Amino acid sequence: MIERRPGLTVLSHAVLILGVLVVGFPLYLTFVASTQTAEAIVHAPMSLLPGNQLIENYTAALQGTGMGAASNAPVGRMMMVSLITALVIAIGKIAISLLSAFAIVYFRFPFRMLFFWAIFVTLMLPVEVRIGPTYAVVASLGLLNTYAGLTVPLIASATATFLFRQFFLTVPDELVEAARIDGAGPMRFFKDVLLPLSTTSIAALFVIQFIYGWNQYLWPLLVTTEESMYPVVIGIKRMISGGDAATDWNIVMATAVLAMIPPALVVMLMQRWFVKGLVDTEK
Amino acid sequence: MASEKRVVFRSGWLPWALLAPQVIVILVFFFWPAAQALLQSFQQSDAFGISTEWVGLQNFENLLKDDTYLASFQTTAVFSVLVAGLGIGISLVLAVFADRVVKATLIYRTLLIWPYAVAPAVAGVLWLFMLAPSIGVVSYALRAFGIEWNSLLNSTHAMTLIVLASVWKQISYNFLFFLAGLQSIPKSLIEAAAIDGAHPWRRFWTIQFPLLSPTTFFLFVINVVYAFFDTFAIVDAATQGGPGKDTAILVYKVYYDGFKALDLGGSAAQSVVLMVIVIALTVVQFRFVEKKVQY
Repeated sequence: MIERRPGLTVLSHAVLILGVLVVGFPLYLTFVASTQTAEAIVHAPMSLLPGNQLIENYTAALQGTGMGAASNAPVGRMMMVSLITALVIAIGKIAISLLSAFAIVYFRFPFRMLFFWAIFVTLMLPVEVRIGPTYAVVASLGLLNTYAGLTVPLIASATATFLFRQFFLTVPDELVEAARIDGAGPMRFFKDVLLPLSTTSIAALFVIQFIYGWNQYLWPLLVTTEESMYPVVIGIKRMISGGDAATDWNIVMATAVLAMIPPALVVMLMQRWFVKGLVDTEK
Repeated sequence: MASEKRVVFRSGWLPWALLAPQVIVILVFFFWPAAQALLQSFQQSDAFGISTEWVGLQNFENLLKDDTYLASFQTTAVFSVLVAGLGIGISLVLAVFADRVVKATLIYRTLLIWPYAVAPAVAGVLWLFMLAPSIGVVSYALRAFGIEWNSLLNSTHAMTLIVLASVWKQISYNFLFFLAGLQSIPKSLIEAAAIDGAHPWRRFWTIQFPLLSPTTFFLFVINVVYAFFDTFAIVDAATQGGPGKDTAILVYKVYYDGFKALDLGGSAAQSVVLMVIVIALTVVQFRFVEKKVQY
C-alpha cells in the first residue's frame, strides 16, 4: 500500500466481498439444495437455508437408491472410477514426461529435436479436433469401457515434457560429472539426483493434471457406454432429465458436491504449489 | 540458460526406450487420428461405412454453403468474445483490488480459486439449476422484475446461461494470472508515481494496465481457446446446443454431426477447420511468449 486512502480500502473490500459472494453463491446453493427434499426444491422458491436431509440425500446418491426419472447409478462407484482415472492420468503424464524430458536433455541421438517438436505439436491437437478417428482407434483396440481407454489416450503431455525439459536444463552439469565419477549410470542419476530435485515441479503438475483428469468430459462421454464405467462428471449429467421437475435435484446436487470435493481438496491442500505450477507451466 | 547440456550420458538404446512410451501414445492417439481426420475430410462415406469415395474439397464446400455451420461459427464467435471479455474484465477488477488489500490478498485468493476445481460439466449443471425456468432461484428472482426467464425457449437466455457458467468457471484462472502479474510489477514504479501526485486511478491506467498487457493478451488467447474447446461440457450439460441450434458452438457441432448424425466426412472437415483454428491460436500465443516483456 502506497498511501492511506481509507475510502479506497473500504471500496476494495466491498468489491472483493461482493466478488466472493457472487462466485461462492452457486456453490452454497448447491450445498443447500443437497440437504433438502426433492419436493422442497421444486416448490419455488426453495429455501436458502440448509434442510435436514443431508444424510439421507448423500446416502441415496452414493448407493444409487434415488427415485429420479433418469439415471440412478450409484455415485460411490462413479467416484471410484473418477479417482482411478484422475490418478492414472496425473501420475502417467508425469512419469512419461519425466522420462522423455530426461532422454531429450541428457542424451544425444538422431532425431532428438524432431521427437521434442512432435511431442510439442500435440498441444495443437486437443481431443476435440480429432474425436471421431481417435474414437475409432480406441474402439479397434478393444479399449471401450476400460480404464486403459479412459486414460491412455490422454496421457501424453506436451506441457509437462516442456516444463521438465526447462527444469532439467537449469540443473548444474557438475551434478552429472559428480555422478559419473562416483560410477553412477544414467538411470541411477535420474532416480537419485533428478527426481529428488524435481519434487516441487512434480507436485505442481500433479495438482493441475489431477484436476484435468477428474474434470474430463468429452472423452469419457465417447468411450464409456456402461454405467459401471461412468466417471462422476458424466454420471451427474445423465441424472438430469430435461432440466426441470422430473429431475431429483436434491440427489443431483448431492452428487455435484461429492464430485467437487476431491479436486477442491487437492487445490486447497496444495494451493502453494498449484498457484506456482499454474503460473509457471503456462508461461 | 543454455538450451543444450554440455555433459551428456552415452547410450545407444536407452534414450529410445525412455522416449518410447510418450512417442507411442502420441503416434497412436494423436498423429494417426489427426491424419485420419484430414483424410476423411476429403472423403464421403455412407452412414453404414460400406462405401467411401474421394470427393476432394466437396466437404469443405458443403460446410461453407451450410447455413447451420455458418450460424454455429457466428455463435462461437459471439460466445468466445463474451466469455473472454467478461472473464478478463471481471477478474482484472478483482485482482487489482485484491492486490491493494495487502494483508488480506491471500484470504481472497483462497476464496476465489474454488471454481477452478469445479468440472465444466458440473458448472453447467449448477447454473442450469439456478436458472431453471420454473424452479431456479435466480429465475424466480428475475420474475419479480418481470422477466420470464426460460433458457429452453429463448435463445438469448440460453446463451446467457452458458456464458455465465463459462465465465464463472474461468474467473479463478484469470484472477490468479492477473494477481501474479500485478505482484511482479516493481513497487518502486508505483511509489514514484504516487510521489509525483498520480492518483490510484491514474496509476492504474498509466502503469499497471500497460505493464499487464502481456498477461492480458496471453489470457485473451487462453480464454478464446477455452471458449472454443473446453466449454463443450458446459454446453452439453446446460443447453445441449438448444434451443434449436442456437447455442451449438463449433465443437458441439463436430460431436453432434459425427456421433449423433453420423456424417463422418462433414464432421472430419469441421475437425480440420478447428485444427487450423487451434494451430493459429497456438502460433499467436507462442510468437507472443517469445516477445514477452520481462520486468
